[in-house]
Amino acid sequence: MAASATRADALVHARGLTKRFDKLVAVDAIDFDVQRGEAFGFLGPNGAGKTSTMRMIGCVSSPSGGELRVLGLDPVIDGPRIRARLGVVPQADTLDMELRVDENLLTYARYFDIPRDVARARTQELLEFVQLKDRAKDEVEPLSGGMKRRLTIARALVNEPGLLLLDEPTTGLDPQARHLVWDRLYRLKQQGVTIVLTTHYMDEAEQLCDRLVVMDKAKIVASGSPRSLIDQYSTREVLELRFPIDAAPALDGKLDGIAERVEVLPDRVLLYAHDGEAAASAVHQRGLRPESTLVRRSTLEDVFLRLTGRSLIE
Amino acid sequence: MIAVLARRRPVQLPAAGRAAHLVERNAILYRREWTLIVSGFFEPLLYLLAIGYGVGALVGSAVTLNGRAIPYAAFVAPAMMASSAMNGAIYETAFNFFYKLKYVKLYDAILATPLGVADVALGEVTWALIRGTLYALGFIVVMAALGLILSPWAILAVPASMLIGFTFAAVGTAASTFVRTWQDFDLVLIVMIPLFLFSATFYPITLYPGPLQVFIQLTPLYHGVDLLRSLTTGSIGPSILFDLLYLVVLGSAALLVAGARLERLLLK
Repeated sequence: MAASATRADALVHARGLTKRFDKLVAVDAIDFDVQRGEAFGFLGPNGAGKTSTMRMIGCVSSPSGGELRVLGLDPVIDGPRIRARLGVVPQADTLDMELRVDENLLTYARYFDIPRDVARARTQELLEFVQLKDRAKDEVEPLSGGMKRRLTIARALVNEPGLLLLDEPTTGLDPQARHLVWDRLYRLKQQGVTIVLTTHYMDEAEQLCDRLVVMDKAKIVASGSPRSLIDQYSTREVLELRFPIDAAPALDGKLDGIAERVEVLPDRVLLYAHDGEAAASAVHQRGLRPESTLVRRSTLEDVFLRLTGRSLIE
Repeated sequence: MIAVLARRRPVQLPAAGRAAHLVERNAILYRREWTLIVSGFFEPLLYLLAIGYGVGALVGSAVTLNGRAIPYAAFVAPAMMASSAMNGAIYETAFNFFYKLKYVKLYDAILATPLGVADVALGEVTWALIRGTLYALGFIVVMAALGLILSPWAILAVPASMLIGFTFAAVGTAASTFVRTWQDFDLVLIVMIPLFLFSATFYPITLYPGPLQVFIQLTPLYHGVDLLRSLTTGSIGPSILFDLLYLVVLGSAALLVAGARLERLLLK
């Protein structure tokens, strides 16, 4: 009973969802549900299968196996009906370079069969929303990366979608531009738009996602809220130590017992402990003299490292 | 087996309403860049003036066509009209289409809307046809003004020109799905220029030796030229039925190839 209720409410429902390209398995039998009103993230390194999953949800790539329902419909049969209610921000901007900024939104609205006067009004609103109103009549090419991204987000909103799919919304943007995008996405979430996004940035996932799944090598390796994932797979704090390069081999065993877990990376050593400061003093008491010490809270990066043994961005 | 078949994506059939929005997009663009359209019309017109009249004056006034002497300019003009239909269709579908397909990824963006691949193909071919029809209308008016229309059958030259446009638009679309870089377009030109020069455009096909005549008859522009020339000069023979069949079959086959290729490229 409970299972069928979940399925009816979920905007996206996937069971055993699989995508194969010839012999390569890009998505390997993953299960997930996206509930109405939440921001749901796919976190993982490049090549983990995030984009393939997004393309299947966006009805531009048909599943090789498993079950997928989007907005309660079957993407294989009802592609056009589903796409009419989706907003899609693809990884590359794919803006119409031959048209001006406002024409990009107008023509895109027309693809959704939105009447011209409504399209015009919505174009104005959306340009305002993404702070591009003064660029309305400009060419697209000279816009900065952040502006193009905002225009792409505005374009994804012309049909007032109930479900917004964003594939790496802020990859390649400078910090200021990223914060502006995050702010807009946060506002959309407040307005009740359901958001599904992929990212390989921890801070983005923590900022935006209510719930997320961690993907690695075509599979989901963990799922939950950012907080619960950190609680489950990491400690409260992390002590980061940097040693002179030649000192690293000499550490062998000297850090044992200080932390719950020790992770030796090429450039630094991570000590996972409930109390980072206490761990730092313990390190000093043992006569170790790192070049720098930093105590920070655990992030999803640590979760990912724990789950896969690798950093997210390589 | 049934399960496997059920999983196959049902082909999303084209819908005129959806495809029309892509035509609308192209119209917005060309409202600004109308010079691009006009240039495609002038090229064959200039050839007509230079060769039809210039060279025509040198070679004497008449060419014998099906045992009938007709002015050289009236002989060349329908060939230029057919070339214009070919050029318009190829420029639109090969070059513009490639730019939109691979370079700016326009169709990736469009396929995220209710439009499907078939709508995109229909929309682009329709647009190419509209552009080709404008060329044909313009050209037929010029021919009438210059007194180069020798038969009332010429009224059918406009729809015939649209058919030529359709065939080359489909071929151009199919070809551009195989193109990887801009350099590959040199190949398109390497094919187009001989077609323009040797498809019995400037002299009758009977000037070729027998085997070469057969070869020329296998190429597409020859049939466009033969069709339009038959109509504007009024020398209607059974050959036009073969021309029509050739253009329809080639165009339809190319459209199927283009559709299948686009599915593979865009809906991976």
